[in-house]
Amino acid sequence: MTIEIKRLKKDSLPRLFAQLQAKGRRILAPHSRAGKTGFEELSSSGQVAQDYLQTTLSPKSAVFPRCEALFRYTFEGKEIKMEEKPEPAPTVVFGLRPCDAASFAVLNAVFSWDYPDALFKSKLEKTALLSISCRQADDYCFCTSVGGGPGDTRGSDILLTEMGSGDYLAEIITDRGRELVQLAPELFQEAPAPGKEKHLAQVPVKFDLKQLQEKLPKVFDSPQLWLEQSLRCLGCGACAFVCPACVCFDLQDEANRQGGVRLRCWDSCGFSLFTLHASGHNPRSLQSQRWRQRLLHKFSYFPDRLQTLGCVGCGRCSRICPADMNLLEHLKTIAEAS
Amino acid sequence: MTEPNLYMPYLMRIEKITPEAPLVNTLKLAFVNDEEGKNFQFRAGQFGEYSVFGEGESTFCIASSPTRKGYLECTFRQVGKVTTALANKEVGDLIGFRGPYGNTFPLDQWRGKNLLFIAGGIALPPLRCVIWNALDLRDQFQDITILYGARAVADLVYKYELEEWGKRKDIKLITTVDPGGETPDWKGEIGFVPTVLEKLAPACQNTLALVCGPPIMIKLTLPVLAKLGFQPENIFTTLENRMKCGLGKCGHCMVGKVFVCKDGPVFTLAQLNHLPPEY
Amino acid sequence: MEELRKKARELLERGAVKVVIGYGPGSAARTRAVFVRKPEDADQLILNDQCTQNLSVYLTKPEVKTLGKPAIVAHLAGLRSLVQLAAENQIADGQVLAIGVSPEGKLAELPDLKAVEAYLAGFRFELSPEEKAELDKIERMTAQERWKFWQEQLARCLKCYACRAACPLCYCERCLAGNNQPQWIPVASHQTGNLEWHLIRAMHLAGRCIGCGNCERACPVGIPLSLVTHKLGEEVFKNFGGRPGLSSQQEYALGSWKLEDKENFIG
Repeated sequence: MTIEIKRLKKDSLPRLFAQLQAKGRRILAPHSRAGKTGFEELSSSGQVAQDYLQTTLSPKSAVFPRCEALFRYTFEGKEIKMEEKPEPAPTVVFGLRPCDAASFAVLNAVFSWDYPDALFKSKLEKTALLSISCRQADDYCFCTSVGGGPGDTRGSDILLTEMGSGDYLAEIITDRGRELVQLAPELFQEAPAPGKEKHLAQVPVKFDLKQLQEKLPKVFDSPQLWLEQSLRCLGCGACAFVCPACVCFDLQDEANRQGGVRLRCWDSCGFSLFTLHASGHNPRSLQSQRWRQRLLHKFSYFPDRLQTLGCVGCGRCSRICPADMNLLEHLKTIAEAS
Repeated sequence: MTEPNLYMPYLMRIEKITPEAPLVNTLKLAFVNDEEGKNFQFRAGQFGEYSVFGEGESTFCIASSPTRKGYLECTFRQVGKVTTALANKEVGDLIGFRGPYGNTFPLDQWRGKNLLFIAGGIALPPLRCVIWNALDLRDQFQDITILYGARAVADLVYKYELEEWGKRKDIKLITTVDPGGETPDWKGEIGFVPTVLEKLAPACQNTLALVCGPPIMIKLTLPVLAKLGFQPENIFTTLENRMKCGLGKCGHCMVGKVFVCKDGPVFTLAQLNHLPPEY
Repeated sequence: MEELRKKARELLERGAVKVVIGYGPGSAARTRAVFVRKPEDADQLILNDQCTQNLSVYLTKPEVKTLGKPAIVAHLAGLRSLVQLAAENQIADGQVLAIGVSPEGKLAELPDLKAVEAYLAGFRFELSPEEKAELDKIERMTAQERWKFWQEQLARCLKCYACRAACPLCYCERCLAGNNQPQWIPVASHQTGNLEWHLIRAMHLAGRCIGCGNCERACPVGIPLSLVTHKLGEEVFKNFGGRPGLSSQQEYALGSWKLEDKENFIG
C-alpha cells in the first residue's frame, strides 16, 4: 500500500472535527486540566491542548480504558443473568504522537495472544489514529533507541507533520486513513513539497538496544544492581498508568443484592499486591524485585514471547515519576555496563 | 462482537458439596446449559477460574477426570475473599467457571509406564484428576503407586476415595500423617512424606513421578527422588501463582518470561530448574 | 552546599551513620533522593530551590532500612514528619540523625528527637496568606458547588496511589486500600471509588499530616491535594489544638479523648 501525501490546512481542523463527528465519529484528543494533558472526548478542535510536546496520559484509554465493564449480571432468586455491553462507537484519536501510535501494536500483541480479546479487538477495529509527528523532543524522549522516530508512520492511519507554513503534510497510510479522508475529502488538498524530515525533531539514539537485550537476562541475578536502581522508587503505579504500552490489569467484581458488574481495570507490577498470594506468600515482596520485573518484562520478556518491545520510548513514565526514577538512565546503565 | 467474550464464565450449578478437611471443600458442578456441558472438554492438569458473582474469581485446578463427562469438580481451601464466599454457597447455587486453561500432563506419552503420585495435604486435588484419568484407562499404564500425606488425619482430603483406592488391587496406596498427627485408630504410616518416600524406595526405571505439595514438602522430596535415580525430565509438578485472567494477558502469574497460566501449571523439574526464583 | 557535603562526609567517615539520605541532581532541572554510603560520594549531595521532596518518606521504606542508620537532610516539613513518625513508634529515638535545613538554608545537625523538637519550637507553623486564600475560595462555595468541584477534580484520579506512596505517613505495610475482606475501597478508578479513596485517606491523615505537599507534587494528574491536607491541618488545630509533627509525645488527636474536647456535633 503506497502512502498518499496530501496537505491539510491548519485552519481546516475545526471543519475536520465537525465533519468527522457529523459522520458518527467520537473524537478523542489532548485536553488540558490542571496543567496535565490527557485524551478526552472533545466536541471541537478549539478544545485541543496547544503546545504539548507529549501528553501526560497516553491514548491507550481509547482501547484499554482504566475501568471497563467486561459484562454485567443480575440476581433473580437463585438465577443469574449475564449480559454484555453494546458495541463501541467508531472513534478517531487525534493528536497522538508516532510513539503512541506504535504502542497500539504492543497492546494488540498481548490482547490477541492465543486468546483473542473480543472487547479490545472491537474497540481497536473501530479506532482510527490521526497522529501528529514531533517537531520537538526533550531529554526524556528515546523513541529512536527503541525502533521508532519522531516521524515514524508505524501504527498511524494518518500522520500529520506541521510544516513551516503552519499547514500539515498529511500522510494517508492505511485503508482506514483513506476512509477518514473520504469523510472530508475537500479538506485534504494538493500534496505539498515532500521532505517531512526537515520539520521533525532531532532525537539522538541514547543507548544500544541490542546490547541492552543481550545484557538483561545476564543481570537478572544481580540483587545489588536492582537495589541501587530502585532505592528511590516509591512503589506507586504512576509509571504503569501513564505508559501507552503497559497492559497489566486486574479483574474486580462490584455488586449489590440486585446484581453487579465484572470490571477490568489497570494494575501495576510495581504494587506490592501484584504478586501476593492468598496464603500471604509474595514472590516479589521487595521493590527492587518489582523494578526488575518492570524492566525485564518490557525489554526482555515481551520481545521473547511476543516479538515486540514493551516500550515505545515516549518518556511519560520518567516525566511524571515522583521519585525521578528515569527509566532511560537505568536502561543506559545496564546497556553500557561492562 | 463475533468472538466470544473471554471473561464471561459458564454458569455452573452446585450439585454436591463435600467437606474434605477443616476449611477444605469439594464442589461438584454441573453446567446449567446442557449443550455447553456436552461440548466441554479438558485434559488432566488444566485449571479454571471459578467465580462467585459479586465477589470475584479464584483459580483452582479441575480435580475431576476428563474421562467423566457432564460435570466438573474442584477442591479448595477457604483462605481469602472468594474462597470464603464459595465455602458459604449451598447446593443449587450458581457460580461461574472459565476454562479450561493451561497445559496438561502428557498422559498419552505415558502409556506402558509406571506412575508414582506423591502428594501432600491440600495439593492432592491436581493429582486426583490425573489419578482418576489413569484409573479410568487403567490398562494403559503399568504400576500405579500413590503416596499421600497430610499433617494430621483430619487434613487428609478425599477420605472416601482413599478408602476406595486402598481396597483396589491395581493400585499401591500409602497414606501417612506427620508424627503427632495420627489418631488412635490410624492404620497408615507415620512420618513426613519425603521420609516415607525414602523408605518406600520406588524404582525409577520406566516411572514418571508426579509431585504436588506445599513448598517445604517439595523441597525435601526432590532430593529423595534424585537419590532414587529419577531424572528431572521425568518428575512433574504443578505451580501455583497469583492469577487473574488465566489467559496470559494480565501479567500477574509471570515467573521470569514464563506465564504459569499458559506455559504451566504443569512443569517438569527440568523446566522448573530453569525458572528464576520468583514463585 | 559545601557545608552539607562536608558534614555528610564527616558523619560517614566517623561511622555515626551508614547512609546519608539527601538530594542529588536529577533529570532536567529536577532533584532526586540519593543514598550516599561512601564518604567520597558526598559530592553527589546538592541543596537548592528544587529540593522540595520530603525525603522522610524513605525512612520507612523496607529496603532503605536495610542500609543502616541514616542521616536525613530535612527541611522543616521533613523534620516534622520525622517527629510524627516517632510519635507513632515508627522511629526510635537516636535511630535517625537529622540534618535540618532552615527556610534560609542554614544547616543544623540534630542527633536526636529532643534536638529536632527544640529546633522546631523556634518556628511558627501557619498557612501562608496565599494558602489561606485558596481554602477560603472553596469554603465560600455552596455545598453543591463544592461537591461539583471535587467530583471534577477526582474524576481524573487514576488510583495510581502515587499520593500514598509519596506520603511519609502512609507507611502501613497492609494499607486499608489493599484489604479485600471487605473491599473497603474499590480497586478500579471510577467516580465513587475515587471519592472513597480520597475521603478515607483524608480521614486517616487528619491529625497526622503535616502538609509537606509530597502527595500533590506526586499526583500525575494534578489533583489539588494540598487543599485537602491544609484544610485537615486547620480543622484539627481549630478543634483539638496543637499541630502534628512537633512533639514525639503528642497524642493522636482523633484517637485520644480529653475532657475539653468540644461536643458541638451533638445536637
